[in-house]
Amino acid sequence: MRQYVIKRLLLMIPTLFGVALLVFFLLRVAPGDIVELKYAGSGTFAPKEALDRERKQLGLDKPLAQQFFVWIAGAARFDFGNSMWTGQPIAKEIAIRLELSLQLAVMATLVSMVLAIPLGTLAALKQDSWIDYAVRIFSIGGLAVPSFWLGIVIILMFLIFFKWMPPLTFTSFWTDPRANLAQLLWPALAVGYRYSAMATRMTRSTVLEVLREDYVRTARAKGLWERVVVVKHALRNALLPIVTVIGLEFAFLIGGLVVTEQVFNLNGIGMLFVESITHRDYTMTQALVLLVAFAFIFMNFLIDLLYAWLDPRIRYR
Amino acid sequence: MRAIFSRWLAVARDFARARPLGGVGAAVILLMIAAALLANFLSPYDPLENDYSAMLQAPGARHWLGTDSFGRDVLSRLLYGSRTALWVGFGSALIGTSLGALIGASCAYFGGKVDLLIQRLMDIVLSFPLIVLALVVVAVLGSGVGNVILAISIPMIPRAALVVRSSALALRQMLFVEAALVLGSGHWRIISRHILPNVMAPYLIMLTAFLGQAVLLEASLSFLGLGVAEPVAAWGLMLRGAAVEFAERAPWMALFPGMAISLAVFAFNVFGDSLRDALDPKLRLP
Repeated sequence: MRQYVIKRLLLMIPTLFGVALLVFFLLRVAPGDIVELKYAGSGTFAPKEALDRERKQLGLDKPLAQQFFVWIAGAARFDFGNSMWTGQPIAKEIAIRLELSLQLAVMATLVSMVLAIPLGTLAALKQDSWIDYAVRIFSIGGLAVPSFWLGIVIILMFLIFFKWMPPLTFTSFWTDPRANLAQLLWPALAVGYRYSAMATRMTRSTVLEVLREDYVRTARAKGLWERVVVVKHALRNALLPIVTVIGLEFAFLIGGLVVTEQVFNLNGIGMLFVESITHRDYTMTQALVLLVAFAFIFMNFLIDLLYAWLDPRIRYR
Repeated sequence: MRAIFSRWLAVARDFARARPLGGVGAAVILLMIAAALLANFLSPYDPLENDYSAMLQAPGARHWLGTDSFGRDVLSRLLYGSRTALWVGFGSALIGTSLGALIGASCAYFGGKVDLLIQRLMDIVLSFPLIVLALVVVAVLGSGVGNVILAISIPMIPRAALVVRSSALALRQMLFVEAALVLGSGHWRIISRHILPNVMAPYLIMLTAFLGQAVLLEASLSFLGLGVAEPVAAWGLMLRGAAVEFAERAPWMALFPGMAISLAVFAFNVFGDSLRDALDPKLRLP
């Protein structure tokens, strides 16, 4: 087991290196650089010397290979340098926003679990009834309705019926939980609904499979309550694929809320991502892509470990 | 010709009868295709024409779905927007799934080091969230319909490759592949003639599953201002800027395009689901 963990952790390195390489060169292929964009925004005419001076300051005049190795050497020590746009340390810029993004991801995941597991199980138990159809339409709807549009509709409802808008500034949950939830509950619902769809469908299909197993028939035959059969025998054995879907969705949520944050005006990782990419803020974009990719790869690893814990038959070597 | 047509019609009728939800999805998709093809006949106004005397008008007799902040007719823009959505949807789903299928089939066929190397490369692309990768690609290529199609199809490639590879792995051991090898067929011929036709079911399933995702991604990118650019009529674009700004005064600007996106993606998804149930119920998509 220990060897397996070490092997998996080491295998992350080449993948992350590949991600770093890819994003580094992709960004530099993109037309326009941060210096041009900075001056274009200021509206003044900039002589070429001034642009070059600024590039030199940011280290953009050096050969690409050298730039890459300086950056990757820093990244390996978790030193991502400063944002090219604001000049602030990247770790600090990300840390400010990570609290919001993480909380939103946790809340959205909770919403999706609370919706998905009971609904999916119910649909499986009542297969082909109107309940099953209703759940399926509800969940396919979740995949179809863009969460950013759902967000717009939610805000609009509040505006029209209650003349109320969710607060625009972020307050930490620990200082003022009410203000915090008033802001984050709605995006969490909009996103959670969308992400529940996949999990609901997965729950339905795995519970359906498990219900046909011999041990479920045995459990029923020995006269157990249907509730015990469903919860203890069926659902528990159906958990693995459900856990996978929910775990992967959580990993996506950390960096993937790009559009929803825009709608609800949340200053999170997704917003930072769009800003940094439109500003051609190379260092910031690179750090964010690495963070998101790391979250995803690490989550995959955690899920595999969780498998072994949930299912004693699985052994890793 | 007529015989073929009536056979197809019979297949479609059986499909719709056995899976009513899928039938509804297919009907909506056909309606959308018709709306896109006939947009210039159906639209009451020019979707790009500004009319400053009719800005932010509520839905009524003259403008069935109202007008936007430039006085452009929302219904006309929706109809023309279906062109963009379908073009991007079909374009990127076809490119993404086809390249993915080709790569997945080659991986399964060649195996060994080639397989391992390509798998690692695919892992790298997979570890980017869909929208993040699309954002980076659009930033590199610039906006515009063609580039949006590329940006959306790239993240689909590894996902399609994964599914097709696992289906094709079993084919590698089949006798007909071995027979073709003995007969002296080249690698390319075996992949294109013997392997790819046999992974048609997962290919079609992926294709329909990606159609909905592509429409949604295009809308998201356009909404962020990184997809299709104004003044082209696109649903995501119609939700951007003024639609949010004037949401309280002119809610129709935000409501109808969102409904169009939802309906389109819903139709693609239910159709794709039913197709999967009909072709290969065991297949799990990543």
